[in-house]
Amino acid sequence: MAKGNGKQHSAEASKDELLQYYRDMLLIRRFEERAGQLYGMGLIGGFCHLYIGQEAVVVGMQAALKDGDQVITAYRDHGHMLAAGMTANGVMAELTGRSGGYSRGKGGSMHMFSIEKAFYGGHGIVGAQVSLGTGLAFANKYRKDGKVCLTYFGDGAANQGQVYESFNMAALWKLPVVYIVENNQYAMGTAIQRSSSETHLHKRGISFNIPGEEVDGMDVVAVREAGRRAVERARAGEGPMLLEMKTYRYRGHSMSDPAKYRTKEEVDDMKAKHDPIEHVKKLITDAGHATEDDLKAIDREIRAIVSESATFAQESPDPDPSELMTDIYIEA
Amino acid sequence: MTQILMPALSPTMEEGNLTKWLVKVGDTIEPGQVIAEIETDKATMEVEAVDEGTVTELLVAEGAQGVKVNTPIAVLSGEGEQPSPLPRGEGAAQRAAGEGRSDVRMTESARPADRPSPPTPSPQGRGGLIPQSDPEIPANTQMIKVTVRDALRDAMAEEMRRDDRVFVMGEEVAEYQGAYKVTRELLQEFGAQRVVDTPITEHGFAGLGVGAAMAGLKPIVEFMTWNFAMQAIDQIINSAAKTLYMSGGQIKSSIVFRGPNGAASRVAAQHSQDYSSWYSHVPGLIVVAPYDAADAKGLLKAAIRNPNPVVFLEHEMLYGQEFEIPDVKDWIVPIGKAKVRRQGVDVTITAHSRMVGLALKAADELSKQGIEAEIIDLRTLRPLDTDTILESVRKTNRIVTVEEGWGQSGVGAEICARVTAEAFDYLDAPPTRVHQVDAPLAYAANLEALALPSVEKIVDAVKAVTYR
Repeated sequence: MAKGNGKQHSAEASKDELLQYYRDMLLIRRFEERAGQLYGMGLIGGFCHLYIGQEAVVVGMQAALKDGDQVITAYRDHGHMLAAGMTANGVMAELTGRSGGYSRGKGGSMHMFSIEKAFYGGHGIVGAQVSLGTGLAFANKYRKDGKVCLTYFGDGAANQGQVYESFNMAALWKLPVVYIVENNQYAMGTAIQRSSSETHLHKRGISFNIPGEEVDGMDVVAVREAGRRAVERARAGEGPMLLEMKTYRYRGHSMSDPAKYRTKEEVDDMKAKHDPIEHVKKLITDAGHATEDDLKAIDREIRAIVSESATFAQESPDPDPSELMTDIYIEA
Repeated sequence: MTQILMPALSPTMEEGNLTKWLVKVGDTIEPGQVIAEIETDKATMEVEAVDEGTVTELLVAEGAQGVKVNTPIAVLSGEGEQPSPLPRGEGAAQRAAGEGRSDVRMTESARPADRPSPPTPSPQGRGGLIPQSDPEIPANTQMIKVTVRDALRDAMAEEMRRDDRVFVMGEEVAEYQGAYKVTRELLQEFGAQRVVDTPITEHGFAGLGVGAAMAGLKPIVEFMTWNFAMQAIDQIINSAAKTLYMSGGQIKSSIVFRGPNGAASRVAAQHSQDYSSWYSHVPGLIVVAPYDAADAKGLLKAAIRNPNPVVFLEHEMLYGQEFEIPDVKDWIVPIGKAKVRRQGVDVTITAHSRMVGLALKAADELSKQGIEAEIIDLRTLRPLDTDTILESVRKTNRIVTVEEGWGQSGVGAEICARVTAEAFDYLDAPPTRVHQVDAPLAYAANLEALALPSVEKIVDAVKAVTYR
């Protein structure tokens, strides 16, 4: 997956970078569409929160990281995992609750992890990951290992108390953490204007001396640039930043949400005028980096990866019954 | 050819109405395009296409009611389409609707009889928790008098010297030297990086500690008292205790949460709660509650070394008490092993933490009256050392449990259940519990004394089960 190479970049992105972003974002979208389909067929159970519409956020932020930097998020996590380089097969098989999943079928959509890719979940309690991510950053500082932790949360979690408890400690101790609030404007069914006295969430760090920045979360290059500034600052020991990504989810909060709290026109307008994948596609074709046919070919490759993951996720066996009582304690 | 199936739009949907087709035969459709509207008793939702292609047939008419999930509703064809790996056609749809779906549901309901039953969990818990005996104390070992407070401090200091991943954090642990002076002089020896004063922010620093543990450090998180840890209980249970399981064994949390638990003296209901049964309810946690200084030190050292999250329940009323402790290097007491503190043949009394002292006093009283009680100090509440309890009950044929907390769903209730299930034929009297009365703890001295277990209440309970 795309990673920053540490060089200084202008707000422009190279041909290779743009094509990589296109590929990474398309993988997330096609993956999520297929996950939605498998959910509809009853192959995925429980809760399933799709990331469609928000792809530029994770792909742009991942491009600002170095190997070893950590990522942690809440339960709308499939996109973060794919962006972090976790395999579509492993994620999809966890969605179907099979032994080939990242948590061997014991975590499901909201609880997946990969130490190898420094992805620390996948957490189901709104806001809990913010304290945990702050702790990952605490460990980085304790060890002086130069790593930075990206800690994602949503506009809903922005009203949880422990978020601010964490902000306070992170700024007090100058921890290498970047807070990213993915403001998709709806906390489940509650519009941000109905839940938040201050709707400009990047201002929520001011009283902790955490600088904030509003970012067009539908523009992958803008996300990457803001991400680089924040990550470099954190790595330099200057403490956390709060990036507010203005974004939008096309689907409901979860699969069972008909999303009647917003108009069809609003959703259609976002899809037609602000789609993050169409945006990067236009950058590519306008610059002559690739033709429509080239991009179709990428689409076909991505579809093949996603199809294979769907096959894998259905053919992978159920967890062995013995799994019921493993991974509760570690042998001392 | 690809069949589009009637989708389930919620975990419980079995059928729905196809209210509207938004495409017709001959239309070319793109992934993500809305092709139909479906209505259930709860909501109306749009169906989006996943594959691209041309609609060749609509199998279910607009307005159709009660269309079962996974019924084919349309047929799609497309040139250059990817061979679909999804189950198609009647048989496949049945697999998805039947077998596949029930697999997903399996965790929620009882397993059907034809499924292999899961292994029975041993009462001792799983690997690594098989208790060993206390270490042998070599002959001629000097016994030294140490308070529980200093024993706890020494345990932390020794483990911090041994392993630089170990650090302690909490309110007033550093500059102030500990609200109860348990972390006295640690700042001077280990510095501010490893002895971390936190803001008053239990939820936040408990979560931060778990995150640091997930990254491989070994935090000791001090709660000024366990009463304040209710602010943090979500992180202790949902993050620390469950993540190993939910990650398929990948994410480890080697962390100790410690602090004084239970009733102090005249601090009223909010500052006097016993959380023994709360935490001992939770798989994934280890729960330790020592009585004397030797166990406080040896068990805290074991807890810090343990790779699992440990809830370590201390007692303010014991901090200043002196006990003898063997002067040996690296004194470690194994987690998961109860200790018989007094041998007896007439009745078994179980207790933990401060209640052990009351039980020992009660045993002295009872002995004067010709009743010899066997006192079992539980020491670890999870995993509970059931074997030691059962062995004793098979000898005495009677059991009285003592705990400081409330009775309902308490530690004593659990012990009585296990004894009844596994030593029923040995019992000569009903298993009996001594515990706090079923009310918030009062401030007034007389009411507080009435509420809590006492030597007299233990003596009375023993007399009842021995029919004296």
